[in-house]
Amino acid sequence: MKNTKALYIFAVLVCLALFPQAVLSGVSTPARGDHFPDIVLSVPESPADNAYLGLNEKNTFSLSDIKTDILIVEVFSMYCPYCQREAPLINDLFEIINKRSDIRDKVKIIGIGAGNSPFEVNVFRKQYNIPFPLVPDQSFAVHKAVGEVRTPYFFVLKKKSDGSNLITYSQVGSIRDPNQFLALILNEAVLK
Amino acid sequence: MLCARSAPAVLFAVMLFTASVCHGASEQFKGKIYNPGKLRAVESGSKLKIGMTAPDFTLPAVSGGTVSLREFRGKNNVVLSFVPAAWTPVCSDQWPGYNIVRGLFAEHNAVLLGITVDNIPTLYAWTREMGDLWFPVLSDFWPHGAVAKKYGVLRSGGVAERALFVIDKKGKIRYIDVHDINSRPSLEVLIKELEKLDK
Repeated sequence: MKNTKALYIFAVLVCLALFPQAVLSGVSTPARGDHFPDIVLSVPESPADNAYLGLNEKNTFSLSDIKTDILIVEVFSMYCPYCQREAPLINDLFEIINKRSDIRDKVKIIGIGAGNSPFEVNVFRKQYNIPFPLVPDQSFAVHKAVGEVRTPYFFVLKKKSDGSNLITYSQVGSIRDPNQFLALILNEAVLK
Repeated sequence: MLCARSAPAVLFAVMLFTASVCHGASEQFKGKIYNPGKLRAVESGSKLKIGMTAPDFTLPAVSGGTVSLREFRGKNNVVLSFVPAAWTPVCSDQWPGYNIVRGLFAEHNAVLLGITVDNIPTLYAWTREMGDLWFPVLSDFWPHGAVAKKYGVLRSGGVAERALFVIDKKGKIRYIDVHDINSRPSLEVLIKELEKLDK
C-alpha cells in the first residue's frame, strides 16, 4: 500500500515536471483572431509619450485606453541581443508611420520591457533613441499574460468598437523591412 | 487520506515547476538554452567582506591572452561579474544588458570583468551570440573554479554563484552581491554602487 502511494506521488511529480509551464499556468500565447488581454500598465513618465498614446493623467492605463485604431505591441528586453539589433528597425518603422499623415494618428507603437525595471527601460530608450513609448514589465506580469513569448515579439492589435483589441497579426523575431512590415499589417487590419 | 498526505508534496511540486523562469527568452538563444530549473538560491558563503583587499588572480580571456586584477590597481574601479554557466537562462540574459551600458561603466572609471567556470571554446561560442562584448570574458575553468573558490562563490556542483564584486582603484572590495542564482541582479543597484566610488 505504501509503495502504491509513493508511486502515485512520484507519477504526479513526473507529470508536473513534464508539463510545459505555459500549460500549467493556463496561459498560451494569443494568436491572430484572438483578443489581446487588456493588460494594465504604468503611465509613462514622459508627457510626450502620454500625448502620443492619448492618455489622461492617471497612474495606470490599459491598452484599450490608447487612442488609436491599430496598435503595434513589441515585447522586448534590454537584455535581449536580438532586441538590441532590432531597435533601429523599429525606430524606422515609427518614422515611416509618423511621416504618413493618413495613418499617423491611426497606427501607434508601444514597447513593453519584459522583466525590465523603469531604470532598465530608460537605459534601452536612451541607448537606441527610441521615439515611441516604452513601459516596464518588471514582474513579468504582462510577459506571463501573453504566454512568455520569446523576444522581440510583435502583436498587431485592431481596436474594435467595444474597446477590445483583436490580434490581426503576430510574429517573433525581426520585422526585417519596416515598409513591407507596415504594408503587411495594414493589409491584415484592412486599413490601407 | 492519500490526498491529504500527498497534498504538501504535490503543492511543493506545483510551486517548484510553476516557478517562472522567464529569463533567456531572447529569440537569439532559441533552442540553445539548457534550463536547469529553479535552483537553491545561494549555496556558498563568501568570507570576503567589504573593505578587504580583493584577492588577485590571473585568468585567460576569450579574446586571447590573460587578465590579472592587479593590472587595474591605481587605474580603474573594477566590477567582477561571476555567472554560473554558459547556455543557461539567466546568465544569457545578464551580460547582453551590460553590453549596452559601457558608457555607464566608463562614467565611473570602471572596467567590467565577466567570469564563469566554463572553458574558452564554450565561452567563445556563447558570447558570440551576445554580439561583440566590450568587456573581457574570463575562463575560470582550470584549475576548475579556483578564482570562484578564492572569492567564496564556488557552488557544490562546480559552477559559480551569480555574484557581483565592486572593487575600487585601491583594490578594496566596496560591494558584494552574492545573488539568488535564479534571478538577475538589479542594474540600477550596481550603477548606484559605482556612483559611490572615486573616479
